[in-house]
Amino acid sequence: MASKPRVKVPKTASVGDIITIKSLISHKMESGQRKNKKGEPIPRRIINKFSVTFNDTLVFSADIDPAVSANPYFEFSARVDESGIFKFVWVDDDGSEYTTEKKIAVS
Amino acid sequence: MTITRRQILGLSVGAFVATGLGLRPSFAATEATEKAIAAFADGASVGEGRIELTTPEIAENGNTVPISVSVDSPMSGADYVASVMILAEGNPNPEVVTFHFTAASGIAKAKTRIRLARTQNVVAIAKMSDGSVFMTRNQVKVTIGGCGG
Repeated sequence: MASKPRVKVPKTASVGDIITIKSLISHKMESGQRKNKKGEPIPRRIINKFSVTFNDTLVFSADIDPAVSANPYFEFSARVDESGIFKFVWVDDDGSEYTTEKKIAVS
Repeated sequence: MTITRRQILGLSVGAFVATGLGLRPSFAATEATEKAIAAFADGASVGEGRIELTTPEIAENGNTVPISVSVDSPMSGADYVASVMILAEGNPNPEVVTFHFTAASGIAKAKTRIRLARTQNVVAIAKMSDGSVFMTRNQVKVTIGGCGG
């Protein structure tokens, strides 16, 4: 159901810069509050956790409840002191994980 | 005993008021919010200020309401914002999202999009690395609720 996580990280930065990162993933974020045409509740299925590491150090994470909109979007910051790789992980209610990576060159 | 016109009027007004109260589950919802705040604060006294919560004054579509939260902090290894919880008082469950920051975040600022069932207060509550807690509250007017039916 979820597909193509998209993240925006600057390609280059100076040492000590605080950069802004934007992330988006396609996901219905079924809240568990809605009912189908027969009046039966539609089971909850959301992304419940999002975390970001830079060179294996945690930078940002979010515990997500059903009140986050479909296709969850997050914008946050990170301080970069060296070149490296940002890793992004989204965790689905069904246990699957969606991941992506972005490199940044810091000079 | 005969029933006068005045008594009938009184009865109908009483019934109307009772119905009006019955339609407002907000008291219970606020209680859930207070509980979530108390659990998050973990015994610390909740202060005002330091948090800037940006929400639209009027949200036409409750399904996706952009919010932005930032907390004033040096974000050094010793003094940083540990987490920020967002609550929506009028939703079926008040919890919306909890952001966790580290010293590597640089600044404690995050933006996302949330669902709001109806016009209500959005609460942002931040916990610092030393355990102190700060809170702020914004009202958002919602034209079309975001809980679908």
